[in-house]
Amino acid sequence: MRWAPNHLPDIALALWQHLLLVTVSVSIALVFALIAGIWSAHRPRAYAAILFLTGILFVVPSLAMFALLIPILGLGFKPAIVGLTSYCLLILTRNVVLGLRAVSPDIADAALGLGYGPARRLIEIELPIALPFIVAGLRVAIVTVIGVATVAAYINAGGLGTIIFAGIDQRYPEKIMIGGGLTALMAITADLLLSRAERALRGRTA
Amino acid sequence: MILLDALSWIGSHPAEFAAALQQHLLMSAISLAIGLLIAIPLAVLVLPSRLGAGLTVGLVNAVRTIPSLAILAAALPILGIGIVPSIVALVVLAVPPILINSLIGLREIDPDLIDAATGIGMRRAQILWRIRLPLAAPSIFGGIRTAAVQVIAGATLASFIGGGGLGDFITAGIALMDYSRLLVGAVPIALLAIGTELGMAALERRLFLEKTA
Repeated sequence: MRWAPNHLPDIALALWQHLLLVTVSVSIALVFALIAGIWSAHRPRAYAAILFLTGILFVVPSLAMFALLIPILGLGFKPAIVGLTSYCLLILTRNVVLGLRAVSPDIADAALGLGYGPARRLIEIELPIALPFIVAGLRVAIVTVIGVATVAAYINAGGLGTIIFAGIDQRYPEKIMIGGGLTALMAITADLLLSRAERALRGRTA
Repeated sequence: MILLDALSWIGSHPAEFAAALQQHLLMSAISLAIGLLIAIPLAVLVLPSRLGAGLTVGLVNAVRTIPSLAILAAALPILGIGIVPSIVALVVLAVPPILINSLIGLREIDPDLIDAATGIGMRRAQILWRIRLPLAAPSIFGGIRTAAVQVIAGATLASFIGGGGLGDFITAGIALMDYSRLLVGAVPIALLAIGTELGMAALERRLFLEKTA
């Protein structure tokens, strides 16, 4: 450990950029997923089409996805965010729909009987019931994106990948270990926190 | 049109493109094959021991949190540059999904079936080959499908450690800011990954769904 102790500000900056990449892309993806999920939850054909399309986006390798976006968006933060957002759409939309479908028809009928309109039913009944599923989706999406976001450093979007790439270019194993290790640590932390949130939410609704 | 430029580049450099594509496919296929040869026997080996299976799953989940880029990068200082360190790193990517799915598939077999097989005098090896593995096959195949897509994506990153493959066109395209070169790498890689996913999904349906239905 010769490099890290003398470069804590650089490491902190990379961590912050990484967090920013992850939170911005997952938040945008969540908005899309909620819209697509709410709209398609009870339209099986539309839902199948959305799953197919987002499934294709999900399997396109990250570096290829970024490369496809560069001619349109250039280098930097923007193409990175679009690429990372496209990764989460499958996971998040699927979980929004799973959650909404978990609302039992009896509850939906009861809400209808009480004179709830569709919007009120959605906000006060369906989304709260779907919440543990949505949080589960967020967990998987965030853990996935934390890893993929390292590649974004190659298109000048910053983040922990910059440390890994510096380690590759300079043949400096410590940098590869610090960059990779911090990324893994971030993924593990996110996984623990969100699994706990998920369990708490399931306990509440059960 | 950049896409046409990319096509004409491939047309004027067919040998270069074919070599990169071949390197990409070779690297992916070898890694997947080695991954299979490690993951399935390992799953069979640790299955009887609760502790062994638990430790294996824990280790595999820990490895899964390390980003693919870091796994490839880590191979560089240890093994140097080229296709061999890339294959070693890709094997590390291929093993976790196959291993976990094999363990789940092998474990979730009705114990009554195993009892019945023991009752009619089948030996452990026979139970493994005739009952456990065939019944676990759909789950194992699901793991292979995930691993295949991950290995093809990971092979793209092999370019960073001198492993070659289609990723070379992307790194060259970014270095030169040559959009058509970028697409010479990106479009075939995307098609390869999508084709693998759809092909494996179709194969999965053919092999397993029709039989059980």
